[in-house]
Amino acid sequence: MAGSIKIRASVAGDMAEVKCLITHPMEPGNRKDKTTGADITPKFITEVTAEVNGKVVLAGNMSAAVSKNPFLSFKAPAKAGDKIKVSWKDNTGESDSEEAAV
Amino acid sequence: MQSNRRVFLKGSLAASAVGVAVGAGLLTPRAVFAAWPEAAYKAKSVGDALQGAMGVGSAADSADVTVKAPDIAENGAVVPVTVEGKGAAEAIAILVEGNEMPLVCNYDLTGAAAYLSTRIKMGKTSNVIGVVKAGGKLMQAKKEVKVTIGGCGG
Repeated sequence: MAGSIKIRASVAGDMAEVKCLITHPMEPGNRKDKTTGADITPKFITEVTAEVNGKVVLAGNMSAAVSKNPFLSFKAPAKAGDKIKVSWKDNTGESDSEEAAV
Repeated sequence: MQSNRRVFLKGSLAASAVGVAVGAGLLTPRAVFAAWPEAAYKAKSVGDALQGAMGVGSAADSADVTVKAPDIAENGAVVPVTVEGKGAAEAIAILVEGNEMPLVCNYDLTGAAAYLSTRIKMGKTSNVIGVVKAGGKLMQAKKEVKVTIGGCGG
């Protein structure tokens, strides 16, 4: 799932507002395929980490109750030129990370 | 397509190697990611979910926490929610009272401000609860969102 994360960051004072959009199905696993009746396998992001210049500022968990293609926005102390890295891991062990400059 | 499959296989192999390392205690889960607190996410009540995710079973209503969400969400599968707290905070979480499993997401803050904006799924009309942990205590704010079409299951 390379390239699954889009990061935008803008500086406001000494904080930067970081917005990221992750392309992911966030399938809770309680739905059935309407044509075949088979259960759809659960696949959702469980863990997310955000770093500024290699220091973790936000680490947490999501459940399947986060919408498909999750959007996440947070504010962290950063200035222009700082590197922001966002990584995720899902319940099937798949993961991705992306780095962007403010 | 073929090459994608190769890449995927390699990726899953690497992921399982990390899993083994974590299992063997070579790496603490914290160092890699915050371990997924399964019990908290499977909890059916708000109290149990808070206990599991944030270590405190109840939150006090507080004016220092604001929850921004639409009054009416036409589509329960995508409800934009913003939770904001005043001052420094250790952790932040979003819960939906009416969902079968109330905990939506929780984040430990180590430098980031008490601000979180995301999009969540809601099964039916209920309260969205924003919880902010500061100084070992939980503060919460609620906002009722009316859902026309549920976003869970279907």
